[in-house]
Amino acid sequence: MPQNADKIIDHELLFREPEYQKLFADKKSNFEYKHADVRIEEIRNWTKTPEYREKNFAREALTVNPAKACQPLGAVFVANGFAKTLPFVHGSQGCVAYYRSHFSRHFKEPTSCVSSSMTEDAAVFGGLTNMVDGLANSFNLYKPDMIAVSTTCMAEVIGDDLNAFIKTAKEKGSIPADFDVPFAHTPAFVGSHVTGYDNALLGVLQHFWEGKAGVTAPLERVPDESINFIGGFDGFVVGNLKEIKRIFALFGVEATILCDPSEVWNTPTDGEFRMFSGGTTKAEVERALHAKATIVFQEFSSEKTAKYLREKGHEVVVLNAPVGVGGTDELLMAISRLTGKPVPAELELERGQLVDAIADSQAHLHGKKYALYGDPDQLIGYTKFLLELGAEPTHVLSTNGNEDWAEKVRAVLAASPYGQDGKVYPKRDLWHLRSLLFTEPVDFLIGNTYGKYLERDAGTPLVRLVFPIFDRHHYHRYPTWGYEGGMRLLTMLLDEYFEKLDANTNIPGKTDISFDIIR
Amino acid sequence: MSMTVEERKAANKALIDEVLKAYPDKMAKKRAKHLNAYEEGRPDCGVKSNIKSLPGVMTIRGCAYAGSKGVVWGPIKDMVHISHGPVGCGQYSWASRRNYYIGITGVDSFGTMQFTSDFQEKDIVFGGDKKLEKIIDEIEQLFPLNKGISIQSECPIGLIGDDIEAVSKKKSKEMGGKTIIPVRCEGFRGVSQSLGHHIANDAIRDWVFDKTDPAKYPEFVSTPYDVAIIGDYNIGGDAWSSRILLEEIGLRVIAQWSGDGTIAELENTPKAKLNVLHCYRSMNYISRHMEEKYGIPWVEYNFFGPTQIEKSLREIASHFDDTIKANAERVIAKYRPMVDAVIAKYKPRLDGKKVMLYVGGLRPRHVIGAYEDLGMEICGTGYEFAHNDDYQRTTHYIKDGTLIYDDVTGYEFEKFVERVQPDLIGSGIKEKYVFQKMGLPFRQMHSWDYSGPYHGYDGFAIFARDMDIAISSPVWGLAKGAPWKKAA
Repeated sequence: MPQNADKIIDHELLFREPEYQKLFADKKSNFEYKHADVRIEEIRNWTKTPEYREKNFAREALTVNPAKACQPLGAVFVANGFAKTLPFVHGSQGCVAYYRSHFSRHFKEPTSCVSSSMTEDAAVFGGLTNMVDGLANSFNLYKPDMIAVSTTCMAEVIGDDLNAFIKTAKEKGSIPADFDVPFAHTPAFVGSHVTGYDNALLGVLQHFWEGKAGVTAPLERVPDESINFIGGFDGFVVGNLKEIKRIFALFGVEATILCDPSEVWNTPTDGEFRMFSGGTTKAEVERALHAKATIVFQEFSSEKTAKYLREKGHEVVVLNAPVGVGGTDELLMAISRLTGKPVPAELELERGQLVDAIADSQAHLHGKKYALYGDPDQLIGYTKFLLELGAEPTHVLSTNGNEDWAEKVRAVLAASPYGQDGKVYPKRDLWHLRSLLFTEPVDFLIGNTYGKYLERDAGTPLVRLVFPIFDRHHYHRYPTWGYEGGMRLLTMLLDEYFEKLDANTNIPGKTDISFDIIR
Repeated sequence: MSMTVEERKAANKALIDEVLKAYPDKMAKKRAKHLNAYEEGRPDCGVKSNIKSLPGVMTIRGCAYAGSKGVVWGPIKDMVHISHGPVGCGQYSWASRRNYYIGITGVDSFGTMQFTSDFQEKDIVFGGDKKLEKIIDEIEQLFPLNKGISIQSECPIGLIGDDIEAVSKKKSKEMGGKTIIPVRCEGFRGVSQSLGHHIANDAIRDWVFDKTDPAKYPEFVSTPYDVAIIGDYNIGGDAWSSRILLEEIGLRVIAQWSGDGTIAELENTPKAKLNVLHCYRSMNYISRHMEEKYGIPWVEYNFFGPTQIEKSLREIASHFDDTIKANAERVIAKYRPMVDAVIAKYKPRLDGKKVMLYVGGLRPRHVIGAYEDLGMEICGTGYEFAHNDDYQRTTHYIKDGTLIYDDVTGYEFEKFVERVQPDLIGSGIKEKYVFQKMGLPFRQMHSWDYSGPYHGYDGFAIFARDMDIAISSPVWGLAKGAPWKKAA
């Protein structure tokens, strides 16, 4: 009997006990009618071959293990970034359960969001009643200052008109006539979660700048000296926006972060649950129109928003999630140029400290080959950082990156001697990447939690630097942006390298000649 | 300060009235029907159930797709399950339910993979049937050892008029009778996960049972002791720690539905002598069908905690001969010392602790015995997607005056917990961090908080350990605010 009160074992060890091993063997041989072990082994080996890779890359219709989610997830992220704002997703209710779970598994924090719970009758007659009742219920129960509406694919397919529905809900008295309900259509069958971020953020800006759905006159832009910062969809948002705010404070610059969920996903445990915390206020959103410029930290997360800002007369500085030394230099110089203020000495010191850290460690990462996947901008930033270290980004893959993105990455690779062997894979998934890891192996993999399946199959050690991260805790609390973030990225890459090296040199009398105490 | 039953009932009723005040009148009336304090002797819990959620209230429920792909079909390991539609549903439900299985993933097993048709705008406009055909071809080329394909519909499929049944038939014919199963589990159908379970059950009936040649497995030799485990999804290995007990009492488990299950096990289940049903809510449909069509009796069982395990082992054994009955007694006796030691260790630490539960369609009643075995008391429970027959069954588990909440809203649940101040809450990931912020111990009762198994005797030991981990953590002593705030 495996279990014993003095030493209780769970799934990790329980099922290795002989009783269970026998149970598995009996089940397999008597009831599963599995393929013969040799056949399984044959196919397993075949999936590692160039021939299989060719078939795999010839896929036209099937997606396997994608690295992207759907638009409304990005819209919920955005809604979370505004003060006392309740995300409201119009459509089927299961979606909202999924967004909430997904974010909570990553941040280990509550994620509030409501659904209009449309069912079959709404599929036939439209979801107007759901909107009318839903806004009334949300408003009365949760007392938000604002409700940010987006859509599931069900509502999009049947063609519900958010603008008209929200108007009708106000006419019917669900919510006060002047209550703010910015909205965005976020069809799941277009783009990905970063598209949803863009659409939702644009929806908020347009609402407040274009007269709040007819409540007031559109705002007139009177340019001032402030600047705006838009971070884009980011799994490390808690650490990163904290860092960005610190950087602006050091500059002594008045900056408005448009969409800041760094507090609502970082509330204390002190006896009280705060459904709302921090976030960009309405006053800040309104003032943001008058900013002289906006820094868009992630281009592909904010394409439409950037275009709109330009139309409004903003100077828009579009970046691709720059990180590390050169990347942060780029960000700081942009802030300095836009504000006319010099880069603070403190940040210059931090820069030197990061350079120092890289110099201390670069030999270990020099020439190491990396595969990396994730959101488009983030990958451009990481690719540049790897090149900065003398590491070689070999496979750069994005499920939601398009050809424009791929061109950008190719240009980055071409500009460095360490990027010459690098290849870029837009619109590919993790099953494609699996073939790449077998046929053109690399030393390390940068990805999200789902990369652990690749790590298991191909033996490529995984560094978790991409959303979502479910199987490690608290990474999101630390920045990856700024020089401080660069330090974190460097440490994570090094940790994986050293762990791997130790694991590879620890057999007594065999490989432990290299089991050094100084690395 | 302990209340009398009557005082507790009055307090719960007052609490319900107070919570309902936050709703617009029309909505308060609707929600009132789902909240109650249980009256001893009533045939059910006095709440309405399986009714549409109110819009905008933060229901905790999911959808039919979650019930079909996420619960029933997804765990069948040697089939490829296509999340048919846009990318999101498959992504959010990818490997998050911890349905353990043995197999080489990507080669002969596919449980923790995300296959999707990743619908784009053109698929919505022109229909996705052609794409689906191509997907099935590509699956055959790249995953040749798959034993079947299921098509799990997402919302758009039913709205754009795709004919996945025709595609399934056509491709199955082309591929020499391959198992290809269309499932109409679009998320807008029904009111919760529940209809998805039902639709998934019906798909097994129509596309597995009705299409399987009874002579498909000539080497299968029946025995008088053949049973099938129905409604155990092997979360954290639950089905295994259950199966081991059934085998120990001398039964032969010919199938697991559906945790660590295979299509062959499903196909052979009509040969069972008895179906043993753990999750009644999600698989009573197919159990009833097998009873009607094949004459297979079914029995509900509960493998949470020694009291219920003993009762269930005896109940299951009662359907067989004296050998099995004697074996059941032997097995109960064999595990007794271990169980007693576990209770001796943990009961003193957990005795008298109050628990509030809110889970899916089975555990809000099924786990109560396990808590009571440790001296803990359930003061509130409710279901995301129960029907009235579940609330009838619940009466066998709960005490007079227990607070009952059906399809609870985020708002209600918070208010109930704030007022009742339980020592432990057992619910899901969306609730976990809300209550931990309040400084209250919490365990996830969908995923076992990444622990488990909890079923069976081996599972009970882990369950006891975990509830103690939650309640006894030093962190709760730090969670009531800073010491300088407490001065004065």
